[in-house]
Parts: sequence; C-alpha cells; structure tokens
Amino acid sequence: MSLALQRPGFAARHAATLRQLRFYAWSFGRSPSSMLGLAIVLLFLALAAFGPWIVPYPGDGSGAMNLSNRLKAPSAAHWFGTDEMGNDLFSRVVLATRTSLWVGLTIVGVATLIGVPLGIAAGYFGGWVRMVIMRVTDIFLSVPGLVLALAIVAALGPGILNGVIALSLVWWPGYVRLVEAKALALRSEPFVEAARAVGAGHGRILALHILPNCTSPIIVKASMDMGLAILSAASLGFVGLGAKPPAPEWGAMISVARTYMPNWWWYAVFPGFAIYLTVLGFNLFGDGLRDILDPRSSRG
Amino acid sequence: MTSLLEITGYRLAFDGFEGRAQVLDGIELTVQAGETVGIVGETGCGKSVLARSIARLVEMPPGRVLGGAIRFEGQDVFAMDRRALARLRGHGVAMIFQDPMTYLNPVFSIGTQMEDVIRAHDRAEGRRMRPRAAAHARAAELLAAVRLPEPDRLLDRYPHELSGGMRQRVLIAMALTGDPRLLVADEPTTALDVTIQAQVLRLIAELVETRGLTLLLISHDLGVIGALCRRVVVMYAGTVVEDAPAEALYVRPRHPYTRGLLAAVPDLARPDHRAQPIPGHIPNLLDPPSGCRFHPRCPMAIARCAVEKPLLREVDGHRVACHRAEEAA
Amino acid sequence: MRAEVLRFVLKRVALTGLMLFGLVCITFTVSNVAPSDPAALAAGPDATRDMIETIRREYGLDRPLAEQFWRYVTGVLQGDLGRSIVTTRPVAEDLGRFFPATLELVLLSMTLGILVGVPAGMLSAMLKNRAPDHATRFLAVSLVALPAFWFGILLQLLFSVQLEWLPTSGRLEVSTAPPPTFTGMLLLDSLLAGQWATFGDALAHAVLPALVLSFPCLASILRVNRAEMIEVLASDYVTAARAHGVSPFRVVCVHALRNAMLPTLAIIGLRWGWMLGSTVLVETVFDWPGIGLYAVSSAIAGDFKPVMGVTLLIGLNFMIASLVVDLLYGVLDPRLRTAS
Repeated sequence: MSLALQRPGFAARHAATLRQLRFYAWSFGRSPSSMLGLAIVLLFLALAAFGPWIVPYPGDGSGAMNLSNRLKAPSAAHWFGTDEMGNDLFSRVVLATRTSLWVGLTIVGVATLIGVPLGIAAGYFGGWVRMVIMRVTDIFLSVPGLVLALAIVAALGPGILNGVIALSLVWWPGYVRLVEAKALALRSEPFVEAARAVGAGHGRILALHILPNCTSPIIVKASMDMGLAILSAASLGFVGLGAKPPAPEWGAMISVARTYMPNWWWYAVFPGFAIYLTVLGFNLFGDGLRDILDPRSSRG
Repeated sequence: MTSLLEITGYRLAFDGFEGRAQVLDGIELTVQAGETVGIVGETGCGKSVLARSIARLVEMPPGRVLGGAIRFEGQDVFAMDRRALARLRGHGVAMIFQDPMTYLNPVFSIGTQMEDVIRAHDRAEGRRMRPRAAAHARAAELLAAVRLPEPDRLLDRYPHELSGGMRQRVLIAMALTGDPRLLVADEPTTALDVTIQAQVLRLIAELVETRGLTLLLISHDLGVIGALCRRVVVMYAGTVVEDAPAEALYVRPRHPYTRGLLAAVPDLARPDHRAQPIPGHIPNLLDPPSGCRFHPRCPMAIARCAVEKPLLREVDGHRVACHRAEEAA
Repeated sequence: MRAEVLRFVLKRVALTGLMLFGLVCITFTVSNVAPSDPAALAAGPDATRDMIETIRREYGLDRPLAEQFWRYVTGVLQGDLGRSIVTTRPVAEDLGRFFPATLELVLLSMTLGILVGVPAGMLSAMLKNRAPDHATRFLAVSLVALPAFWFGILLQLLFSVQLEWLPTSGRLEVSTAPPPTFTGMLLLDSLLAGQWATFGDALAHAVLPALVLSFPCLASILRVNRAEMIEVLASDYVTAARAHGVSPFRVVCVHALRNAMLPTLAIIGLRWGWMLGSTVLVETVFDWPGIGLYAVSSAIAGDFKPVMGVTLLIGLNFMIASLVVDLLYGVLDPRLRTAS
C-alpha cells in the first residue's frame, strides 16, 4: 500500500523561483532607463542579425565604388548621406553592428574565460596563489586597458583582429578583482563551511557553491563591458590602429570622416551616434540588471 | 488643555513590489505631559514606525500616510513647516534608538557630533549659535549628566573606541540636549548586554524622575516596560489592542492577545509554570485579516470578529479593542 | 603611531617599486613578441640589409633577450627609456617635453569632474527616484557612453566652426608667443609671468579638450557619490542626527558628505590613471601635444619604445595616486587611524 503523493505542477514546484523572476521583471520594468536600455540592446541585436536583409544597399558594406554619388547629404535615398566612395552611410552604419557585436562578444568572452577562473582561484584558495594572481592583476590594472592595448597593437601591427586580441588580453583583470572579492567573502559563508565540514571536495564546492553565487555580478559586469569593449575597439579604429576601411566599423569610419569635416558633417555624425547609442544601451541595461541582481553594489 | 501627544486614526502604509503593506491601521494614542507610557508588541507590529512617525522620520515615499493625524502640543506634525519641524525634533521630541553601534557617525568625534546637536538647538530655538568652545563645555556637562566618566577626554574619542553602553549613554546625552518634553526610546536596551541593560534602564528612570520627562518607551520586553512605565499600550499588527495602567494590564489583561503575550513570558520564579506561545503567525500586512486583525489566532474568536473591526472602548478602566472584552476577564 | 605610518608608507613604496618592475616586464615582453622589426622600420623602406644591421647593432637589438632585458631594466632605473625612432630623441626627454601638456589637461578635467560630479551626485541622492535624479543618472550613463573622439569632433563643429567661439586644436595660436617655461603647463606659466592675454588664449584652447576628457570621470564621481550618499542618508546615524534636530543642510553637506567622500576619493584616485589613458583619444582629436598624442603617433609608426615609456609613466602615475588616496583615507577615516 502506498500513498501516492501527487506531483505538484511546474508552477508549484518552482514557485519560489518564479516569484523571484516576477520580482526581477517588476523592478526592471519599473525603471524607464532600464527599459530604454533593453530596447536599444534588442534593436542592436536585431540589426546585427538581420542587417544585410534590411539595408537598402547591402553591397556597400564591404565598400563598393560609386564615385558619382560621393559625399551626398542625407536624403530620402540615402538617409545618412554617402561617403567619399559613394557608399550609402545608412547601410554601412547598420552593417557595422555585426562587427561590433562579434568584437564585443569576443573581448568580453575571452576576458571572462581568463578572469573568472583566476578570480575564483585567488579568492577561494587564498595564500600565495591569491598573492601572485592579485599582484599580477594589480599590475595590469595600473594602466588603462586602452593604453596597454595600444602598446600591444603597436607591437602586433594594426588591424581589427589584432585590436580585438589586444583588448581581450587586457580586459580580464577587472573580472579577477570582481570574482576574487566575491569568492573570498563566500569562502567563509556558513553554507560553504558546512559543505566543507561534510567532506565536499574543492571541485564540488567551487562548482556548486562558489561559482553560482558569483554569476550575478559577472552578468552585470559583462553586460556593461559589452558596451565599453565596443567603444574601445572603435577607439582603436579611430586612432588608426583597429579596423581599416573599407571594412564597416564605426571608429574607422569616423577616422576617415574626420578629414571631411566640417563640410561633410554627416559622415562622422551618424557612425558616432551609433556608437553612443550602443554603449548607452548596454550601460543602461547593465545598470538595470545591477539594480535588480546586485543592488548592494551600485558603484561607478 | 491640549495633550502633549495626540494620535488619532493614524494610518500608514508602505508601497512595494507586492503592493501596499498597511503597517499602521487607525492608531489611537494620547499621552499627557508627565506620563510614562510603554508600547509593547511583537517584532513587526509597527511600534518602531509609530515612534518614528512622531518625529516625522519615516521616509515618504515609500511610506504614505493614509489618514489620521499626529498632534504634538496641538500642532499637526505632518503640517509643520521647516522651522517648526526643527523645533519639534530634539526640542519637543527626542529619540533614543535601538542599536547604539550604528546611530553615531563613525567619522566624527563624539565632541563634534554633540556640538552639532547643541548648536542646532540654539538655532531652532531662535538663539544665536554658541561658539564651538561653549558648545564643547555644554557637551561635557551633558556627558557628566548621563554618568560618563572623564567627559572631556571622551569628547575627543570616536564612536568605534567606545563600548555599547557608553555609546548609548552618549546618545541619551544628545537626546537631552534640547530639554525635550517627550523622550521616545525605541528598544533602548535590546542591543546591550544584560548587565548594561539594567544600568541604562536605571539611568533613564532617573532622568525621567529628575527632569520630569514624559517617556514613551517602545519594547518587545514586558519586563523592561514594567520597570519604567505606569501605563502600557499593546500593539498587534499595526493596531492598538489594549491600553491600560500597567498594574491593571499585568494582573487583569482584557484583550486575548495581551493575555497570550503575558502567558508567553517564562517565569523564573515558577519553573513548573511553562511559557505558552501564541499559536499561529503574525499576519501578512499586504493582505491583513478582515475585521479584527488578531481573529485568526484568537482562542475566543467568534463570527463577528472576522467581519467587524473592533474599536477601542472603555472596559473596566482599560481601553480595549475586542468584541468580547467583557468576557475576557 | 608615527612610526606605524612611516612603516605603512615604506611598505607601499616598496610595493609600488615591485609593481613597476612587473610593468616593465610586461612592456618588455610585449615589445619582444612583435612580429615587426623596429630596426627595419627605423631604417626606412629603401634601406639595404647592411643599413638595417647597423641600426640593429646601434640599438642593441642583436643581443640575446636576457641581455636586452637587463639593459632595458637598468636603463629604466636610470631614467633611460630608450630612444624614439621617430623623433630620434631619448624617450625620457620626449616625455618630459610632452607630459606637462597632458598634466595640464588632466588637472583641469579632474577639477571640472569633481566640481560638477560631487554636487550633482549629492543632489541626485537627495532627490532619489524623482525626475531630477532620473535625469542626472541618465546623463551620467550618457557621459560614459559618449565616444570622446566623436563628441570632441561635434564640439569642434559647434564651437569652433559654427559659432567661432573657441579654437579647434593645439595649445596656443601660432601668433601667440609661449610664456617663459617654468612648469611646462601654459596656463600656470602664463599666470606666473603675468601674461593675461596668453593665459586667455591657452584657456580657450584647453576648454574643449578638458571638457571632453572630464566626462567619464565626472560620470563615475557622480555615480559613486550618489550611491554612497543614498546609503549614508539611509543610515541610522543620519536618522539620529535628524532626530536630534541637526539642520537638513548640515546633515547632508557635513555629516553625510564626509562619509560619502571616502569612496568618492577612491574613485578619484582610480580615475587619475584612467584619464591619462583617455588622453590618447582626446589629444588626437584636438591635436594636443601631450603624451597621448605621442603614444598614438609612435604606435602608428610601429615605434614601441615611446609607447612603453608612456605606459610606464601612466602606470607610475596610477600607483602614486593610489598611494596618496590610501594615505588620505588614513587621515579622513578615524577607524583606520587607530586600527592600523
């Protein structure tokens, strides 16, 4: 004879999680700036995904030549005007979202892959492991990423790939700092000590207790860094060490456009505005995420 | 003659994610000059929020006054302008708080903080602000009045260098600065060691005696209240359920909740007498019980309790909010 | 007490030295993994193999790595950062020439950032979640998101080209004679010499770049100050000060600000180094002859010694700034004063 307990439905089993998620959605939606950020990020992703099918002149992305059309002011046919090669700037600005997306994802991805394990190791194991990792991190943090990236690009040679490599190599220390502090605090939490007391191994503790509790700040930082990484890559493009024209990249476009100022103002204005909007979107979005996921640390 | 403090039908809510929590629901409380009144209730019954409301220290929003009024010497606290408010705080009402560790600013010396308060009172009362040196001397006097040794040296120290009991004394000295008419003490001894608790309570009793202060003492501890107060107000889930002279309340409680509360206190003198907890939980204020807020936990509840909210009424010298107060004795 | 402070300082100075050595290691590694050949670059496109070899020997590039590293480190210790292939001058000399211009810009921007950021952060905190707060926060995020190089161009368009109020670039008009050099900072030098017209000209040139450079710094000061203020304003001791009748102005501007300033100070220290880094972009846009422009033009020419020199200089600045902040913390926070 058995008393078969009826298995509760999905909503009942995950009531706490669902309630938490509803709370997150409620607080996120309450902030207009967070919602604006979300909207911009979604627009950015949509343009990156469907850009080639949306833009009026998809061929202009890789740089066509249409000299009869060069440096035309914005019009119905060319919303953002045309550049010195006669390419449609609207098409190029939209197509460049794809470049920015992979640039941002690569830099942030590599940075988390290097930084998070190092940070966890430093915070959890402590002792000399922590000493060595944190000292090296501090050294990297003492020079702004852009300058260090400039130095690396100077050595590797200009180009978007080298720019991304350079930025990826200098971006990780922030994650070490972030995760180290968190892991250090978690190490002496009662539930971690309890796990250790019942004989759980390091691997198990790290995977089940430390890492999951570090994810919120990592997600927040990663979403903010998406914007900043895109901005940095564009900066390298602007000073002439990143992407090279005619590759569609916002920073490089502005770099060329600078020589056409002030008469052909639209050439620089629209790509720059695209950078601004993208970085703004990711920052607002990350800010909103932080407010709900990690409200104790809303620091600059 | 106007009462010193008169709270009528005061209703306060906090707006949050899950809706509006009705934290205080129609509080009725009058305190005459010279009285010593204790407010007792479980954690979360709204007693601290009520205390803060008196000096208008509740953040709005998220707080929101839904109705009623708090009058201090006949003046509506929520209608006060900036100057009246400055006079009210410290000069009319002074407060002592629960955890002395966090109520002193860590980056200023005791002296600086006390001088600030002293000078602020000068201004609020329309006097010329006295110079720092004079304020310093007055601060030393006040510290001596709360029985702190070597007040001059103490003024140069920082909060983290003091023990909990010393800090609470410093905070009491600050509260005395403006010669307040009403002293509101919100769990003044809860965070202290038991031995220090007794000292601080004795000090408060002495100050009330010698200075003729009116005291509103808030505590979850009936013993603390009994030691200092002539009159006791019992709160439950944001309402006043009983208000009576201390002796009458302890001996013949009229409200079932008060009885439960008294029965829940272990009696060291009678070890065979087991403390009886009140069954059930404090209600969710987002969706408070209808009628009497205590009815789901009440052993005497009848159908009427779930429908009609009982009002405070006079029964046998007590003011009780219970439909069955007559039978409860 | 005094001995402890001295010990603390000495420890920090030693640590700074160690970190600087680490940085030297990094810059040396970076310049040696380079696929491009600095000697070939220096010799120019038409150089023969022999000429390149001569240059290689002249610069010591033919030596084993360990020896090159040793020479580099001992050189750095003696202030020898190598020779710039582009300017043909020693890098240290170039840095001495360009750094004052950058310092001038950064000091100006930092002042601007603090003067605007701190009050704006306070105001935002006091009006938390009301319209002005939303506006200020949005502005702060905007200022971080604005690409400095792009916004600089827009400002030039508006103020220099359209309105013709301010000059486009450089530090002085060609027609203005530079003031006698004391510090290398034109604003200061012209003041010291009492040359008001020169001062005005230098200031007009500095306004736009300093403004653009100050944005990210201003934004982070604002955000940190706001967050701290909100926390402090909700703290028990502020409630207590209010309850005791201390005036709202004094509660906010003296009691709360003093507490909130500690973390704000830390961010100011951090931003000092970051700002020096951002000059790379701002100086490029405004043609401001500082270390940022120097680093960029050297990097484009594939000349790393100057880039490494600039990197080291910025790193050193950052380390000094954080040392200063740590010391100030000790002065401002009584808990640390007695605890350490």
